Amino acid sequence: MPISQNLVHEFIKILGRENVFTEEAERQSYSYDGAVLNPVVPALVAAPDRQEDLGRTVRLAYENGLPITVRGSGTNLSGATIPEQGDGIVILTNRLNKILEINEEDLYAVVEPGVITARFAAAVAARGLFYPPDPGSQSVSTLGGNVARNAGGLRGLKYGVTKDYIMGMDIFDYRGELVKTGSRTVKCVTGYNLAGLMSCSEGTLGVFSTIIIKLVPPPRASRAMLALYSDARRASETVAGIIAAHIVPCTLEFMDNKTVKYVEADTRAGLPVEAAAVLLIEVDGGHEQMVEEDAAKVIAVCRKCGCTDVRVAKNAEEKARIWEARRGALPALARARPSIVLEDATVPRSRFPDMVTAVDDIALKHKLDVATFGHAGDGNLHPSILCDRRDKEEFARVEAAVDEIFDAALKFQGTLSGEHGIGMAKAKWMEKETNRATVEFSKNLRRALDPRMLFNAGKKYV
Amino acid sequence: MPERAPSAGRAEGRDLTRLSAMLMELDDLLVTCMRCGFCMAVCPVYGATMKESDVTRGKLALLNNLAHNLIRDAGSVNDKLNRCLLCGSCQANCPSGVKIMDIYLRARSIVTGYLGLSPAKKLIFRGILRRPGLFNALLALSGSLQGLFLREASKYAGTCRAPLLSPFIGDRHIPRLASTPFHSSRPYLDTPSGKSGLRVAFFPGCLSDKIFPEVAEASIKALQKHGVGIFMPAGQACCGIPALASGERASYDDLLRHNLRLFTGRNFDYLLTPCGTCTATIKEFWPKTQERRGEEEKTQILELSSKTLDISAFLVDVLKVELPPAGTGGRTVTYHDSCHLKKSLGVSEQPRRILKSLPGFNFKEMPEADRCCGSGGSFTLSHYDLSTDIGKRKRDNIVSVEAETVAAGCPACMLQIKDMLSRSGDKVEVRHVMELYAATMY
Repeated sequence: MPISQNLVHEFIKILGRENVFTEEAERQSYSYDGAVLNPVVPALVAAPDRQEDLGRTVRLAYENGLPITVRGSGTNLSGATIPEQGDGIVILTNRLNKILEINEEDLYAVVEPGVITARFAAAVAARGLFYPPDPGSQSVSTLGGNVARNAGGLRGLKYGVTKDYIMGMDIFDYRGELVKTGSRTVKCVTGYNLAGLMSCSEGTLGVFSTIIIKLVPPPRASRAMLALYSDARRASETVAGIIAAHIVPCTLEFMDNKTVKYVEADTRAGLPVEAAAVLLIEVDGGHEQMVEEDAAKVIAVCRKCGCTDVRVAKNAEEKARIWEARRGALPALARARPSIVLEDATVPRSRFPDMVTAVDDIALKHKLDVATFGHAGDGNLHPSILCDRRDKEEFARVEAAVDEIFDAALKFQGTLSGEHGIGMAKAKWMEKETNRATVEFSKNLRRALDPRMLFNAGKKYV
Repeated sequence: MPERAPSAGRAEGRDLTRLSAMLMELDDLLVTCMRCGFCMAVCPVYGATMKESDVTRGKLALLNNLAHNLIRDAGSVNDKLNRCLLCGSCQANCPSGVKIMDIYLRARSIVTGYLGLSPAKKLIFRGILRRPGLFNALLALSGSLQGLFLREASKYAGTCRAPLLSPFIGDRHIPRLASTPFHSSRPYLDTPSGKSGLRVAFFPGCLSDKIFPEVAEASIKALQKHGVGIFMPAGQACCGIPALASGERASYDDLLRHNLRLFTGRNFDYLLTPCGTCTATIKEFWPKTQERRGEEEKTQILELSSKTLDISAFLVDVLKVELPPAGTGGRTVTYHDSCHLKKSLGVSEQPRRILKSLPGFNFKEMPEADRCCGSGGSFTLSHYDLSTDIGKRKRDNIVSVEAETVAAGCPACMLQIKDMLSRSGDKVEVRHVMELYAATMY
């Protein structure tokens, strides 16, 4: 092993033997994440279970020039937690998983970075409050990971994404010193907005120690519905129409015909397999009457835009069935073929139909099975390419298609990634979405905070 | 690492090409894991250790690496593979539908075949378990000698400690072996169907036979009261799961065949067991391990497995016994979902309906009722510390609803839960659903 025994012992002195993994099989278990990319085996894995140990681990690793990759649950889809080449260290934060405070009077919580998103949401709900961001991986993702990726989810349109809930943070810098930013107050203009900078930083600027999270009161009423279309374009017009009517649904999801067919085949839930596209819509709010009115307006827009049918959930059970269908999308698609490449190109809402058409054309051109679902209200598509990663010829077509999907997204003034992040998978595209100056500016920023470029150097900007 | 099999070290430096080639059989199954990591949410072992190599995503990655010759230390992969309860929680929660249990059972068989079985397991499986007569005789001997070793630990849990045996069993709190095992008090049953018009075969399973004969007795009583005829042949052997889980296919096949011979060709409508694990083994695992079997045997296995049912599911779904909800008040009873019952067989509502109907009891759901108790059968023998860490969470959940009784549908879970509650000094009794049900019948 290329890390010296002396150095290993220094890590053990800080963390205890049980929290330092050196065995080959242990290290190989941290060589991958949720991305379809080649694994890289780290030289060492450190798993601190106390705040102060985290800082000391960062300092020791940095002083010794080890490439550092911080990992929560390792569920991201773009390789942001695949270790660095060249005998890097993985610092695990999943054992730093305490909810330190939930403040009901001031509507905030303070957490360690390893707290599981869904566990946090449940703990907050038990106190009568609401933490809206709900990324698809919430049952296993960590809040630290969510912040590092600025994770989104189904509620982005009305409630925003992770960055909208970060009030402040404590961060370990490259020397292992604790840096403080933000506060427990609604307003705070002291210092730079470093918490904002950290959100979406993908482990390239510093290591999160604690996070102050904003909470909101939960909605008191909601209505869910399913609208069917014989033409995907009309579904997109409905999305634009709903926003133009000044209604902001909490969730506004799209599934194309292929997705619906796969979900139906998998779940037999009674979905309309004949529909070219469906929208799954939920409105919520402070009281019944308001929600009722919003729902009526949404139904009117759906009809005006030419939906063939709109089904409103009459009770909690029917509502649950609508969302089960949506949650069933990824499992149904994942079961269809051995591998699934899940993209998340995002475009301005009005270009959603163009993007759906573009994806269909690209799939046809490369003879690939691509099903598209996504957060229509956010212009955030999930074209899912069903394939077998062992088939080199097919996978080359997949990679070509992914490149073309990005090209299309940029052509429609969109972005490479709405919520999955850049990581290793898309770093080479950053200059194309922005320009050379942006890449240089970002690298200079990184050098100021990470002079030896050891924090996840192969990610984000390269 | 204390749990490491004595044989594991032998793999290092060996030529792994043959092992890799054998594991490549699993490649089509392994490739379906998309590394989403959703198994982390439900894996009891990962919940206790937070280590990636302990969760299925990590284990499948390691198996994949072993199959593709990317890792040298096969012994260490084997150690990781064995840190699994085979509870099936991951498979039930897997978005990609990876056939995880198939992978694990086949991988354990391949790796055990390659590295060899540990001497202790060799003795147990090949020397004892395969010989039901000897197994019974040994336990009868232990049963009469246990008074020398055992000291009462908790009268609520009905457990003992064995300070003199602590080098072998640690500080486990265990029930006494039955003074009269079930097969001694009832060696054989063959009764015609009564008013139900049904006749069932009954397979008590090792634990109901040797440690909890009251569970088997309660099951018989309930069946008889409902006018169900019973066929119970003498000389039943273990269902084979401990051997299968350890990758010891030869012993497993022997046990399967022994039992198959006892039941095949006999006249009954269902095969019932009061043990979630035995039911799942016969119903799910027997038909999945059909390689190297003749056509006739395959058919016999399929026929028997299709008739196999958990006893509470039989009462509720087949007999449709009347279960009027009980009035409120009485002892607080909660229910633990055995993994094999809920996740393999989908049995979870039926035992609850029975419990909710019991006069004198007040049913209260515990948090995480379907989270594994940490027993995993022989897992608790080889990984006691880990098993205890997992079991403590179950104990906390039971205590959190102030339960006075906790019911389960699997004697292996009962053993584990008794140990956990007893070691924490909790005044909670552990009962099989059938015990509580039969006690209401006069």
